[in-house]
Amino acid sequence: MNISPAKVFFASFLVQNILLMRYIGLCPFFGVSTRISTSFGMGLAVIFVMLLATLITYPIYHFFLVPLNLEFLRTASFILVIASLVQFVEMFLKKSYRQLYNALGIYLPLITTNCAILGTTFLVIDYRFHLLNTIIFALGTGLGFMLVIILFAAIREKLDYAPISPSFKGYPIAFIAASLVSLAFLGFANLFGASL
Amino acid sequence: MRFKYFWNGIILENPVLILMIGLCPTLATSISARDALGMGIAASFVLIFSNIFVSAIRKIVPDNIRIPVFIIIISTFVTIVDYILQAYEPNMYKVLGVFVPLIVVNCIILGRAEAFAYRYGIFDSFLDGLGKSVGFTLVIFIMGTIREILAQGTFFGMKVMPDAYINNSLLFMIFPPGGFLLIGILKAIVNKLFLNK
Repeated sequence: MNISPAKVFFASFLVQNILLMRYIGLCPFFGVSTRISTSFGMGLAVIFVMLLATLITYPIYHFFLVPLNLEFLRTASFILVIASLVQFVEMFLKKSYRQLYNALGIYLPLITTNCAILGTTFLVIDYRFHLLNTIIFALGTGLGFMLVIILFAAIREKLDYAPISPSFKGYPIAFIAASLVSLAFLGFANLFGASL
Repeated sequence: MRFKYFWNGIILENPVLILMIGLCPTLATSISARDALGMGIAASFVLIFSNIFVSAIRKIVPDNIRIPVFIIIISTFVTIVDYILQAYEPNMYKVLGVFVPLIVVNCIILGRAEAFAYRYGIFDSFLDGLGKSVGFTLVIFIMGTIREILAQGTFFGMKVMPDAYINNSLLFMIFPPGGFLLIGILKAIVNKLFLNK
């Protein structure tokens, strides 16, 4: 598909935000977004792994699975590649970049089963992007994830002090807050005509 | 006595509303009763069969490589479901889209393989998988029904609301905000009724 990279970026970053519009990656979203500092770390880790994962799975699919007619192995091969990639990145950071590891380390194992990563690698293939758009899409999606998770953590920090009826405390009020934020994101629809 | 493994999954350990896992497919595919039921059945098929297989091979799988083995088993069944849906229900496949292959990272399935099927016998694992599947399908189906009725005034495509309502329906229920709002309210009701909060 021939879409301009700018369109791809805004579509993945805001208009079709992965958390609020596509509903991919919600488990870590509700689990981690209680403090701004942890959300920031999680967001950085997601951007980092998302870029690496799409950069690795894209050639695997187009230069290995497609020529050999093995497309049906997509699900199995991608999840294994991502799981080993995350493990490898964790070991590498631990040994060579201690500071980065201290910042991202605890979030990396959580990311293996984060459907946002696997979902993005599937989406770029379903949309038939070329390599540049693939990278832009992964970057935009990761930034969108980070933006929303930080926004949402800020809201939840305030929610802790609000007088809420006990049956709504915790998850229910978080869902309703997410509903309002996502209503606001609905306002980005058709921004720059960016929709995939 | 063993049937408690089945009943637990429906209310006391309901995967979506009590354990809060498997949220993505629940919210994303519950836009109509039919699509919700399709997703529920697809995930149930994978969950039940992966539970049976994991339980059957639990004594010959070495402990340290059990997670990759689980993932291979699960992704095999996900691929089967993926291709069956593509062949026989192409319209539903278009709606469910990327969420069918994403069943492979659904925390319910890997969670049950690790926490239950790897420790218990085949029949118990089957009951556990069946219970969790019914619990998951029930929640996703209820949400799909409510959202379809409120947004489009239909149920499985049949008109159930008067025309006056359909012309002014709560269309936002079909969009993401409606899904978040509905699951928030459902969770609050479950908290009140079953967790005595």
